[in-house]
Amino acid sequence: MYTTVLSILHRASGVYLSACGFLFVAWVAAAALGPDAYACVTHFLGRLPMRIVLAFALAAFWYHLFAGIRHLFWDAGVGFEKKAARASGYLVVALAAAAFLATLLLTPAGRFLAGWP
Amino acid sequence: MSGTHGSASRHWRNQRMTSIALLPLGLWFLFALLRQPSLEHAIVSGWFAKPLQALLGALFGAALLWHSMQGLQVVIEDYVGGALRSFWIGLARILHLAAGLVLAAALVRLAIGGAA
Repeated sequence: MYTTVLSILHRASGVYLSACGFLFVAWVAAAALGPDAYACVTHFLGRLPMRIVLAFALAAFWYHLFAGIRHLFWDAGVGFEKKAARASGYLVVALAAAAFLATLLLTPAGRFLAGWP
Repeated sequence: MSGTHGSASRHWRNQRMTSIALLPLGLWFLFALLRQPSLEHAIVSGWFAKPLQALLGALFGAALLWHSMQGLQVVIEDYVGGALRSFWIGLARILHLAAGLVLAAALVRLAIGGAA
């Protein structure tokens, strides 16, 4: 049950990050268009709903990265036994949560997302 | 990728390649983003105006969009059947290709300092 939930979460975070990839492209394109277009896009991204979207993207990034590493180990034939898979599942969630909180609370951009000035 | 949607094993291997490429490139992008002193236009356009940073940005964007397309294709193939499957995969391909072209043009403009 637990491993199934994590597997679906890997997919869901991947689809979410796909959508955010288009935000990344729009952001770089706006920067290339010039200060006015850029200000328009960052104003949009800086509003509360989009800050929440981006904070979830940060969480999805870390979860997908660590869960992806777990999948690469499985592909190499390592850690596929039920007990090992459960343990690595907990490790992935713990690492993702720690990395998410660290980047959210300890960096200027993260604190911006969290709503602190 | 000829015929239907390419052979499953090749798709699987290519997806592993973009996964591995995205480990360093994704971490580079996140930390480069988070360590910018601010996200004002001058700072961000200055960031991508440096040749190495522009190159890393292009590699990250290419790996990201390719991996995104690979992942979405697997998800669509698992959940959508019939004629709609080809439609969604085709739409995703067009959107990813367009995003790739826009990103490439934007990075070139930033690299030559055209957005200052």
